[in-house]
Amino acid sequence: MAEKADGDKSGISRRELLKHVGLASAAAAVPVKLFASAPVAAALEVPHAAAQTSAAEALETLTAAESSTLEAIVARLIPTDDNGPGAAEARAGRYIDRALGGALASSRDAYRAGLAAVDRYARTSRGAPFRQLSPENQDAVLRDMENDVATGFGPASSSFFNLVRAHTIQGTFCDPYYGGNAGFTGWDLIGYPGLRLAVTPDEQRLDARVTSTHRSAYDHTMFSTKKPARASLDGGSLRHGD
Amino acid sequence: MEAACVMATNLPKTDVVIVGLGAVGGVAALPLARAGLNVIGLEAGTWLTASDFAPDELRNNVRAWPQAVQKANQEIPTHRPNASAPYSPRQTIHPMMNAVGGTTLHYWAQSWRLNPWDFKVVSETTRRYGASRIPKGSTVEDWPFGLEELEPYYDRVENELGVSGRAGNINGKIDQRGNIFEGPRKREYPMPPLRGTGFTEMMAGAAQKLGWHAFPGPAAINSQPYQNRAGCAYHGYCNRGGCHVNAKGSTAVTTIPKAVDTRRLTVVTQAHVTTVEVDRNGRVSGVNYLKGGNEYFQPADVVLLASYAYENVRMLLLSKSKAFPNGLSNNQGQVGRHYFSHNTGASVTALFSRNLNNWYGLPAQGVAVDNWADDNFDHSGFDFIGGGNLWVYSDRRPIGAASMSTFATTPRWGSAWKAFVKQNADRWNQAYLQKTTLPYEDNYLDLDPVVKDPLGFPVCRITAEFKENEQKVAAFIQDKMIDWFRAAGAVATEKAPIGTMGPSTHAYGGTRMGSNAGTNVVDPWGFSHEAPRLGILGASVMGTSGARNPTLTAQALGWRTAEYLAKNWKKIVS
Repeated sequence: MAEKADGDKSGISRRELLKHVGLASAAAAVPVKLFASAPVAAALEVPHAAAQTSAAEALETLTAAESSTLEAIVARLIPTDDNGPGAAEARAGRYIDRALGGALASSRDAYRAGLAAVDRYARTSRGAPFRQLSPENQDAVLRDMENDVATGFGPASSSFFNLVRAHTIQGTFCDPYYGGNAGFTGWDLIGYPGLRLAVTPDEQRLDARVTSTHRSAYDHTMFSTKKPARASLDGGSLRHGD
Repeated sequence: MEAACVMATNLPKTDVVIVGLGAVGGVAALPLARAGLNVIGLEAGTWLTASDFAPDELRNNVRAWPQAVQKANQEIPTHRPNASAPYSPRQTIHPMMNAVGGTTLHYWAQSWRLNPWDFKVVSETTRRYGASRIPKGSTVEDWPFGLEELEPYYDRVENELGVSGRAGNINGKIDQRGNIFEGPRKREYPMPPLRGTGFTEMMAGAAQKLGWHAFPGPAAINSQPYQNRAGCAYHGYCNRGGCHVNAKGSTAVTTIPKAVDTRRLTVVTQAHVTTVEVDRNGRVSGVNYLKGGNEYFQPADVVLLASYAYENVRMLLLSKSKAFPNGLSNNQGQVGRHYFSHNTGASVTALFSRNLNNWYGLPAQGVAVDNWADDNFDHSGFDFIGGGNLWVYSDRRPIGAASMSTFATTPRWGSAWKAFVKQNADRWNQAYLQKTTLPYEDNYLDLDPVVKDPLGFPVCRITAEFKENEQKVAAFIQDKMIDWFRAAGAVATEKAPIGTMGPSTHAYGGTRMGSNAGTNVVDPWGFSHEAPRLGILGASVMGTSGARNPTLTAQALGWRTAEYLAKNWKKIVS
């Protein structure tokens, strides 16, 4: 993916992209055992240099403890498995962390309370914080939340479960500009061939073989991340959290 | 509102002020400006252009255009099914749009004419099946005119915006390539239809196997270059997305710039209109608006309201005066009555055993079946009137694709779910099915007694539910859609429930048009029965929905009202 995507973009976008394929911080959030599995290693082939550029990224909204719980949750919602990388490699957790300081700011309190409740329930029901549970026990906790069996959640535990699930899907399948869908893992998973500003009749045939473009909308310089100054009180730019 | 007048800056008087430069206000401005009238268009939003229209699903579809002014999103109506039912959870975002061009910036641009039956539901139903077949409690009336009256205005708007399509009936001559059920039109569409795809051709073939008539639907999207705008690029982000090549015939790139070019239209952006003023004689005298923290009074000989049904109704109900103590033009208590929203719930979703390659294209690039719409089939053996238009199209984006139904085969997450979406993300299709919806005596709009907008004004409240006729139409048309999907090879199908009548972009009535001042707010030309010099534009004047998108009809009506105003200017303002 790197050749095409790196072609004609501003420095900021390139830096973003390099971050997308960075391994170090993703690895930190994923259980070591999963990360070492063969399909993942194959799916995460990245340029060597890129892997080295990514030091630990600073969290923008969540605390370190909250982030590690969240990372463990998204890694079970869309797991890394025989079908390739999942929400962890897509950096859905990073997407959520950033968005909670922007477009999803109204959900910040729900995450604060919800992530704490997840760990409390994991401890009382399974004896350890969520991130330290086995994948099987983590799944059991998530199932309890989904089915409103989990206790200690302010609102129904299913509402926090559904919130995280929706945001994990956003973070896995969104435009990489927002910090998720890193390395286009989400789009590749479902076979979305990517953004094309013009599409030919042949590319809309039933059996068309359409190659993946691996481009963000904002790799196309015609699209502005600026909010139209007239429309916003702050007149600022669209940030990756917005 | 006297207090507001004292503080407000009085602006120089103009001939006509239009409140809202969207789908309909943006069209009506053109015949007025061409006639030499001075028009001020007050628009809550801003200009947005191609660089604001990134193909970004998160921003456009999930987050409702954060780059735009959010007035409509801060005034989303509340909803309760009926006067004794609890309120529905309030919608948090809505595609109703504030910008020059309004929702036409990101609409699907399907630009249908209504079918002849839609104008004469009462008389045609009575003639064919007897008066007892009009559903109990419905307040439906025939329109004050038939399709033939509106035909020239449909034609005008189709040519000013640029509509692609295939005629099915030119002066009575039926063309099988188009909609054989449509009423007579004078000439072919300005452009040929948008191209087909592998999927739409597969569906068209399946319809033919069933003996149904399949045809491409009309769209205000260029299938080829038109009036210095490019043809469609089929890039796949048209559904709630703006067009980066201006192929979509939004009023922001068609009628509004044409009107601006006459130097007779002044566009005022970020103008938040609060109320309409009347003079001592009860005649409309202008509007109050806020811009940049300041209050203004814009005097005008004629005021045209051109918002969605909800805001047209709210504006009238908020504009109280001595002459109109219950809201402007509401002395007969008709403002907010005869409200209905298009019944687009009750969709059908199908799963196929092969990829459909629907990743590109647009919701207007589709194939329609009209055999089961309106009165296109004999209803003698049925216990409902009306029907639905079947419509499938090529449209898919990744977040939406991954949010697909699992057809109850797997959990909603985990490895099994992941394997399911990996295989099926491009193997499903959903038809949303537009259906006949009628007005009823107890479905209405008024002001919410509790919920306020950020300025402290009550938001609009919807009290409405689908009645028996709508539920029967929905069940009938869902079964037809399942037949169609199955004929095309679907291996599983799923019906969605009919849902509620909450806020919709297909919102009708509330200021209905008709000759009888006791049951309608505006006369057959679109002017208030009660308040001289007040015209109302938009789907709020429509008394029936048909089974298809409302925009072109609302635009044709808007052009007709504006042209009537220009031709009868002296009579109307004297």
